[in-house]
Amino acid sequence: MEIVRSQRKALHYDAVSTLPLYRSAPPLEVRLEDFELFAMDRLRVLKGISDALSRGKKPEEMGQVVRDLWKANMRHPEASEVVNKDIISHFVLRLAYCRTEDLRKWFLSMETALFRYRFRFESAEAQRALMAEFDLPYKAVSNAEFESTKDKLSQVARSIGLPLSTADAVFYKVPFEEVPELVAGRRVFVHKGHAYVAMNQVVSLVATQFRSHLSKALILTNRKWTSTIREQESNRLAPIVEALCTSYLGPDYSEPRELGDISIKEIDQIAQSSFPLCMRHLFEKLREDHHLKHGGRMQFGLFLKGIGLKLDDALAFWKAEFSQKVGAERFDKEYAYSIRHNYGREGKRTDYTPYSCQKIISSSPGVGDHHGCPYRHFSEENLRAALGKMRLNNRAVEDVMDKVRSRHYQLACTLTFEAIHGTSCDAGINHPNQYFTDSQKNLQSKNQSTVQENFQAHL
Amino acid sequence: MTREDIENGSEDMVIDEGKPEGGERMQGNAVPEGFNANYLKVYYGKLFPHADMFKWMSYGNDGKHPACDQSYFGRREFSFTLDNDIYLRFQSFNSASELENSIKEKCPFKIDIGPVYSVDPAKRHAYAQSGDNVFAPVERELVFDIDITDYDDVRYCCSGADVCLDCWPLMTVAIKVIDASLRDDFGFNHILWVYSGRRGVHCWVCDGKARRLTNEQRASIAEYFRVYKGNENSHKKVSLTVPLHPFLGRSYTEVLKDFFESKLLLSQKLFSTEERYEKILEMIPDESITSELRGKWQDNKRSSMSKEDTNVVRWEQLKHILQSGKQKAQALQRCVKEIVFSFTYPRLDMEVSKHMNHLLKAPFCVHPKTGRVCVPIDPNCCEEFDPTSVPTLSKLLEEINMGSLRADIDNEWDRTSLGKSIRFFRSSFLQPLLKVCKEEIENSYNAKLQHSKNSLNW
Repeated sequence: MEIVRSQRKALHYDAVSTLPLYRSAPPLEVRLEDFELFAMDRLRVLKGISDALSRGKKPEEMGQVVRDLWKANMRHPEASEVVNKDIISHFVLRLAYCRTEDLRKWFLSMETALFRYRFRFESAEAQRALMAEFDLPYKAVSNAEFESTKDKLSQVARSIGLPLSTADAVFYKVPFEEVPELVAGRRVFVHKGHAYVAMNQVVSLVATQFRSHLSKALILTNRKWTSTIREQESNRLAPIVEALCTSYLGPDYSEPRELGDISIKEIDQIAQSSFPLCMRHLFEKLREDHHLKHGGRMQFGLFLKGIGLKLDDALAFWKAEFSQKVGAERFDKEYAYSIRHNYGREGKRTDYTPYSCQKIISSSPGVGDHHGCPYRHFSEENLRAALGKMRLNNRAVEDVMDKVRSRHYQLACTLTFEAIHGTSCDAGINHPNQYFTDSQKNLQSKNQSTVQENFQAHL
Repeated sequence: MTREDIENGSEDMVIDEGKPEGGERMQGNAVPEGFNANYLKVYYGKLFPHADMFKWMSYGNDGKHPACDQSYFGRREFSFTLDNDIYLRFQSFNSASELENSIKEKCPFKIDIGPVYSVDPAKRHAYAQSGDNVFAPVERELVFDIDITDYDDVRYCCSGADVCLDCWPLMTVAIKVIDASLRDDFGFNHILWVYSGRRGVHCWVCDGKARRLTNEQRASIAEYFRVYKGNENSHKKVSLTVPLHPFLGRSYTEVLKDFFESKLLLSQKLFSTEERYEKILEMIPDESITSELRGKWQDNKRSSMSKEDTNVVRWEQLKHILQSGKQKAQALQRCVKEIVFSFTYPRLDMEVSKHMNHLLKAPFCVHPKTGRVCVPIDPNCCEEFDPTSVPTLSKLLEEINMGSLRADIDNEWDRTSLGKSIRFFRSSFLQPLLKVCKEEIENSYNAKLQHSKNSLNW
């Protein structure tokens, strides 16, 4: 790491950036406490980013969120140590999060998001210096080419609400493959396989690079971890590393709930009592249309798996509905496979985990789709109607709508939970399966207390 | 073998004597409409272009050139759906003849094409043991699937899997918009459009760089094409920016606007009833305007003496109000475009395009429900494509029977109505594609040679 920094100093002395690229592990001595503490601090930042994203924060707001999180957690009493803390914590978490595909995926997204927003805080000069460090082979669009495409470039810029000014009239022409997120949002002019990336968008270009470097590095780290580190460090670092990722991620609900399995017969009743709105809606639509599109089948199917519906029951359950629309034969032929697949009985044989709120909120349901988060994806009217159906009183509906308007979808769901169950839910709702489990526990304890009351009344 | 086989094989054989079309046709050659395994056997035996499919899927790697990847074709997944609903996934073949023999033997009702994997998909379990996930898709055409059933809320002539000449032009428009963008924006050249046999179209983008796109990059292209967001649960369906992105602007002025105004408006009678025009008024976010229009149209019922079509008149009225100088709000200005986009802009099945390992039905399959062959569509004259006149299995067999006196067996398809499609497939798609593939192979070989020479110099 030292090498990288001194290089940067030598090349662009006045554009020094404090944003490291984490190319190689630091040859630093680290105290064991720091090893863990630094990592925990960084994890708080990443977890904060994850929470903010799942609450549907817009890119503009994310900047402030990241800035605040960073300030709150990543300071160090000695100014000279700030960069070291940054680097050390990153590499420790790399170890902790290299070990499974899911962990890698989460870490990769959060670190990339973090990098992206930190890159944005940098001055234009520092940004250019960082770009140089990535050694991107792209040149700015020449004046002649700029003149000939100016109209289109300005059209795109105005369409995304960032009119061109002469100052940022620097464009990079890059293969469209390099900036998938800009292409997806139609935020760039695309012509003959090239995207014209404005200076204020290069963060996407750099973030893509950062992401792909880190992704490869994580695979390598994983190999090192399994081949040597875990063994060598079995008494010292390994326990810390292994605890780091579980201490924060929470349960993934891939194992059926502790409350035991459920049967098809029960579904109607427990849907009424304990399904969160997103699942109620999918369930209702399935009953109504005898069909759900792919996104809906995934979201609802994995949820059912998570609450303890066994594969055989799941097949019977889906078949009972789908066969009314497409016939039993077509069900067996086209749909049964994917249900077995969800249970890890086909294909890669991965046991898929139920979707979290974050994943559901960030999905984008299209025509004919019913998955997604109703608090985020329903129109106000439809959401009000749906909440009415769940028998929320007006007051509660207004509270929920209030959260929705400020885009706190999980809080909106939490309020709904509280209104229905008449208890508080301090932990908040992070996962549809958590909603279900909490609801069932709540109902059980109520039942027990009524049984006791009855019992006492009889005495 | 043809006639006897067919006639013996099908129990419910009825000679259709009154076939009106083609007076010169001999009555004895008539083959009953429909689809069955015996017909299909003949089709795979005599008409299906096995060799062309192999050449296509080899992408130039079937030659003698030292840089050819001989394992390439063998790592491609095919999947067969058999007569008795047995679904065979992860089939792979090492040569043209293996592929052809297997198709002829198994006589699949449907052939799907999957990705090229890192290893032979038929042996994936052997590799799975090693722990590392070496079995993964490495190449796949960029594919699109557009299905007319996704347009049910904007067509009144048909619903579900039905399609007629009034709603099919929605597919034509989709082809035009997507094809133009794939070529002009993304720079792809080797694009094959195929009729899906019943209710939609498939698109195969086969350029080398398209085949090597990651899932994320595929998703980004699919998203680029998507303007239709939300569904019946949310309000807004199409939300446009002002000004439009150049791609959408071009689609609007070159295709959508004209199609909406001169075709769809009339063929679907979009303003003819209250229910229909209410659906359009819902898209206007200003109640004073909607009630003004509503008032006009409700009164209009009595005095509909005008010789002009109601739909055209009402559309012009709506445009006039929304675009008149008074309406400064951007939301209203873009409203006209949003209505046009809602009704005409292509609706893609996103999931198909986003992932490398999504299977897609092979061209030249026969759709079991309609008996129609999945023939290529020429995007340059896609207006002329008529799904109701696509050759059916029974028609093709009739044509074979008619010509069975001629001896040249190689080109049996040439004298059937499939000939045109196969010739088009070869000349417009396959030949240009293979030419470029060979060049790419040659270039990479030369680059390697150069590289090894340089390293020798060290």
